[in-house]
Amino acid sequence: MRSAVALAAIVISIAVQTTLGRYIFRDSGTAIDLVLIVVVYIAIKSGPVTGLLAGTVAGLIQDALSSGILGIGGLAKTIVGFLSGVLGTQFIVTAPLPRFLLLVVATALHAAIFMGLYTVLNLRQFPAPYPAIAGQAFGNAFVGVVAFQVIEWFPGFVDRRRAGRFLKR
Amino acid sequence: MALADIRQRPGVVLAVAILLHVTLISAQVNTASGLPVLQVVTFGSFSEVQRGTMSIIDGVRGLWSGYIALQQVQQENTALKQEMQTLQIKLQQERAEAQRTDNLRQLLELRERANLDTVAAEVIAGAASPDFRTVTIDKGSSDSLETDMAVISPAGVVGRIILPSRRASKVQLLIDRNAAAGALIERTRVQGVVVGMGDGLLHMQYVPGSADVKTGDLVVTSGIDGIFPKGFVIGTVDHADRGAGAYHEIVVRPAVDFSRLEEVLIVRTPPASRSSQPEEPAK
Repeated sequence: MRSAVALAAIVISIAVQTTLGRYIFRDSGTAIDLVLIVVVYIAIKSGPVTGLLAGTVAGLIQDALSSGILGIGGLAKTIVGFLSGVLGTQFIVTAPLPRFLLLVVATALHAAIFMGLYTVLNLRQFPAPYPAIAGQAFGNAFVGVVAFQVIEWFPGFVDRRRAGRFLKR
Repeated sequence: MALADIRQRPGVVLAVAILLHVTLISAQVNTASGLPVLQVVTFGSFSEVQRGTMSIIDGVRGLWSGYIALQQVQQENTALKQEMQTLQIKLQQERAEAQRTDNLRQLLELRERANLDTVAAEVIAGAASPDFRTVTIDKGSSDSLETDMAVISPAGVVGRIILPSRRASKVQLLIDRNAAAGALIERTRVQGVVVGMGDGLLHMQYVPGSADVKTGDLVVTSGIDGIFPKGFVIGTVDHADRGAGAYHEIVVRPAVDFSRLEEVLIVRTPPASRSSQPEEPAK
């Protein structure tokens, strides 16, 4: 059941990234990676193995939909998913600040693996990548923290409303 | 049970996953040419998901803009936009034809290229990864689209088809880091190669330092790449520096606003590089 939810979250995030993302992020100048945010969330909630598998599936789908080498994005997201899962089990990452830091580090690590492999294999060049990585890291962290808080606030909100109605009766 | 065992050994799972990825990457890097089957199948199937998502989004947007907003004004605006796009494309074709008539050698080419066989397509999705500048269009091999067909818009050159599936195609935008096109500066006819920089701008390379290049010069396709028809607008020179080397360092601002692409035209005339290949002798 949890795997199906994770898979659905990945598919929805890719669909949103490729469709709505064009309208939402086109003027911001920052390339938000919604799929990476979802992988990190799955990893800190479900552990390193689920995070790793989520990263593999999400990265491979993104690679297949992109014009690059199949597996490079998958490898980057696999490692990020695994390490996020390990950090999620070893430390308490429920408050916004630790999650913000985790997303910044995860995005930077993802970019380092992704751009590093492309550069080492001499497939693409990334002149002056640091401003872009920094922008994406903080953009992902901001969007991710807000999304995490909303996702976790919503079920409690519904329960409280139900309980309130029950007490009124 | 088996899943529980796997969860107890995350290190082993990570090692296997990394090994599989490295094998996958190695297989592709070593391949000289051809498209991976997995990529084509995944793209073909996921493009249907993208199409469905886009249909829902289009439905909601259409409901809002077509009914809740002023319906008649919306329809009139859409019709006027379509008419304007058609006129702009005709204007570009006329400009391309006028340039070709100056040269008698290109007269034969004019007869072949004057009436470009094009098909209109709608952009249904953007790039899955922010590191690649691609879009997905709603026409594919069932509409006779092939790899390396040029994609244009009323404003100018958009890119080329890199992965056609049955009902959708992936288009590599001219601003992608791996994209390039033969180009010339319209005022002085100096030739070069325009390549994407990945940040929305283009770099024009191999223009001799002695050439006359000014800010604002129009850059058009030269046609020597065998993909893009000659004379279509690429952009304007943003700034040109006489660098330390033998060539100018020219930054070109694209004429097309790639963030607002919605409808494009695909030139179905086969690339010159392909059409010039000798046919097999009849048995």
